[in-house]
Amino acid sequence: MNTARERILGRLRSHPSAVASSGHLRPNDLPVPPAPTFSAISGSLALDDAIASFRRGSETFHAEVIDTRAGDWRQTLAEICAAKNVRHLVLPPQSDLMPWPNGPELRKFEQPIENFKRELFDDTDAGLTIADGAIADTGTLFQIDPRTTPRTLSLVPPIHFCVLNVNRILPTLQSAVASEGWQVAMPSNLVFITGPSKTADIQQTLAYGAHGPKELVVLLTEGAA
Amino acid sequence: MNAPITFHENARRVVANPVLRASFRGAMDFLMAKRAAQFPDLDAFEALRTQGEAIRQYSLARLPDLLEQLEANLTRNGIQVHWAETPKEACQIIIDITRKAGGDLVVKGKSMVSEEVELNHALEAAGIGALESDMGEYIVQLAGEKPSHIIMPAIHKTKEEIARLFAEKVPGVAYTDSVDELIQIGRRVLREKFRDTKVGLSGVNVAIAETGTLCLVENEGNGRMCTTVPEVHIAITGIEKVVEKLEHLPPLMALLTRSATGQAITTYFNWISSPRREGELDGPKEVHLVLLDNGRSQMYTDERLRATLQCIRCGACMNHCPVYTRIGGHAYGTTYPGPIGKMVSPHMLGLDATKDLVTASSLCGACGEVCPVKIPIPDILMQLRRQSQGTAGGIQLPAAGSGRRPLQSMAFKLWAGLYARPLLYRIFGFFATRLRGLTPKWQGAWTNSRAPLRPAAQTLHERMRLSTTRD
Repeated sequence: MNTARERILGRLRSHPSAVASSGHLRPNDLPVPPAPTFSAISGSLALDDAIASFRRGSETFHAEVIDTRAGDWRQTLAEICAAKNVRHLVLPPQSDLMPWPNGPELRKFEQPIENFKRELFDDTDAGLTIADGAIADTGTLFQIDPRTTPRTLSLVPPIHFCVLNVNRILPTLQSAVASEGWQVAMPSNLVFITGPSKTADIQQTLAYGAHGPKELVVLLTEGAA
Repeated sequence: MNAPITFHENARRVVANPVLRASFRGAMDFLMAKRAAQFPDLDAFEALRTQGEAIRQYSLARLPDLLEQLEANLTRNGIQVHWAETPKEACQIIIDITRKAGGDLVVKGKSMVSEEVELNHALEAAGIGALESDMGEYIVQLAGEKPSHIIMPAIHKTKEEIARLFAEKVPGVAYTDSVDELIQIGRRVLREKFRDTKVGLSGVNVAIAETGTLCLVENEGNGRMCTTVPEVHIAITGIEKVVEKLEHLPPLMALLTRSATGQAITTYFNWISSPRREGELDGPKEVHLVLLDNGRSQMYTDERLRATLQCIRCGACMNHCPVYTRIGGHAYGTTYPGPIGKMVSPHMLGLDATKDLVTASSLCGACGEVCPVKIPIPDILMQLRRQSQGTAGGIQLPAAGSGRRPLQSMAFKLWAGLYARPLLYRIFGFFATRLRGLTPKWQGAWTNSRAPLRPAAQTLHERMRLSTTRD
């Protein structure tokens, strides 16, 4: 059967001469040169430098970064929720966070989104997630496992709180790709997040909260959250 | 709607419109400055783009194999792969998937390939709605227009124009020209659609063959909405977007976001490798990828044109193009405007329909200098001009020679003959200067917008001889 697939691949394969006669397109002689270290970071980073670089990057992209290592991130979260008047906070499925006096109503994201869409879209002020790691170079958080962090939890609520263990700040995207083993175990959806949602589509004027969160607050912790 | 065949007319209209020209000039200055700030060290930029070029060439050299590897890994991951040779086939595949899912609306993330296949029209004809959700695309769709830039679709509009458009077209909205409020209006309208629509569509920035992963960059979050909330996610992309390894991705991304909008990274960088898996609470239940040819295998056949496929669609060539900056995106009459459009459109629409595009360049070379994957854009434009004139030699594209005009060809032949023979040249010069009163007022395209050329009273040689005798 002559399908579109076979016709396309056939056309691409029908020009071996073009490949062989070209000086630089010979498939087997073309090594990819080693990556230039484009970022200011090369090699590993001391913890304080990693945190400083992450903070710098994150704040450039309009995220708020709060170091809670000296205290308890839960306490800080409670204070910010009060300050931002958060009334409904959605938690990841495995969260053990307990309600606190005068705090927001806590809801766990523990059923399929189909049963939960209206609440999530229309009646939620903030979502809480735990980052799986971060990139110091650009101030980027990443979340790898939709089972522990539903994809929409970092996207739909207007405020996104994210707890980040500072020991999981990696130098660059390149180093994360080299060390995290995603080549062999790629999660169904791996999301990198840098700052809150934004757009400059109207007359190049930057506006936050385009379709995703208007605010991103990162709570730095040490050790597992 | 503009067509490439009326390019000259389209361009004249824009050049005469000071508001449009100010919009484009302002936007291009903004984008050029933001990009330049991201590449302060030119040596580092050069090293990075050399690597970007190598990765794209490495991938293209293995293209058919990588496409098969990508298909195998996507299929293993549960993503269904479809192949389309033409825009019509691609649209039919998407219509069929949408109907099967029982959808009557497709909510769309930004995808230039979906523009290329004119998906919205095809869906409409099939009784299915299409809603653009990128803010710029939403504005352009509301106005019944097409994007004028591949990264910033609505740069041709002022905020006052957008304010009037919203007040007129969005129910219950009063006029406001506050950008924040306008964005919030768009957000409210589109949120309901993300929540309730069954089918979402997106493009793909890079596909990774070794893992079967589709990568998307965006700032707004509408891309994640379209690929996460609806039950069915359809991605559409050109066959050239694949790379072999995950490690090829970071350098290309560093180049893409910096070159496009002057950012070290976008807000969201989304890697999709599978539909919702067991134990996951959200994500689409079906994911499809449509791989489109539409002229790309033709670009591949001629190695002098193959570098066209290295493109990662950053738009930097447009932002730096003196022609694009003056006439804007709509004048080209093609989905892809600017230098990139001049390179790809002849393969998609035919050399004859686009014959005025390949010549709409001063060959200043700015596009080639900023290209993050070092596509020799001026050389490719020259090669396409030769194809259009029928003088390319080697592989002939369909409709090769269709841009040839006998009078023009004769004039250039005559010119080349005169300039290669000193005696003839001198005789010509002698008579041209003596008989300059007979110079015609009409000199073809030259006099359409310029004063006629008239030879001087003496040739340069004569004047030089005079001035040396005087000394």
